[in-house]
Amino acid sequence: MKARVFITLKNGVLDPQGKAIGHALNGLGFGSVGEVRQGKVIDLELSGTDQDKAKEELKAMCEKLLANTVIEKYEIEIK
Amino acid sequence: MKSAVIVFPASNCDRDAKVALEEMTGKTPAMVWHQDSSLPDVDLVVLPGGFSYGDYLRCGAMASQSNVMREVKRHADKGGKVLGICNGFQVLTESHLLPGALMRNAALKFVCKPVGLEVSETQSAFTRKYENGQRVTFPVAHGEGSYFADEETLDRLEGENRVAFRYAKGENPNGSARDIAGILSEKRNVLGLMPHPERVVDKVLGGTDGRALFQSLIENLT
Repeated sequence: MKARVFITLKNGVLDPQGKAIGHALNGLGFGSVGEVRQGKVIDLELSGTDQDKAKEELKAMCEKLLANTVIEKYEIEIK
Repeated sequence: MKSAVIVFPASNCDRDAKVALEEMTGKTPAMVWHQDSSLPDVDLVVLPGGFSYGDYLRCGAMASQSNVMREVKRHADKGGKVLGICNGFQVLTESHLLPGALMRNAALKFVCKPVGLEVSETQSAFTRKYENGQRVTFPVAHGEGSYFADEETLDRLEGENRVAFRYAKGENPNGSARDIAGILSEKRNVLGLMPHPERVVDKVLGGTDGRALFQSLIENLT
């Protein structure tokens, strides 16, 4: 089973990197670009076939290590 | 005062901490490797600066999961003193021994320079030898030192007088919330700060403002 975890900054947490990317895109002539927020994607391969169980496990992984829930939120996708 | 310095892969201020502790206490600290699952019997544990585990995932995230950190948590739970400097502060927030998080500097640049600080709390084992409001200069050297916590946590830290050091007015080098440079745990036995007091204990190396921090600990723990 394959899973993908999206980790992004919570709303209200400043993202200076996203801001710099936005400025750079504006500088390249992409004038339509407003706010930019940067995050990360983690792909995982899991053994087993029980999707619900995997989801529970992935949630625990996010809470314990993959995300810092003080500043980040996460979304889990199982493929 | 007996002390230990934790050494993670890519710690790079562990020897600075060792030299400072030797100079201040007259005793050589135990150097404890991250894979060790026991701590020697010590009064103070120092988590040094550096880039533990190459800053993989987030600064301090991997270190917070290491064997030795379980022991450091146990030491802290028993009321033992823990001092986290720079990367050590990041490890402490990732280990939930201190609240909040340290984020990318607001200007996105690594900052390496002496910075003016204000000692904003002297009622602690780490700061009792300073004067309240005393201005000191410690070097900073970090890319991810912007202290962040939600408003409620910031209010609580201030209400409980747990902000030990603040960047002096106009000197905040990284965009930290409320100019916070260092904070104490609820039981006041854990201090994390981004600036480096261990680099200013010898005049030859540029200053002595950090000495009082170690003197405070020695007075408290001897």
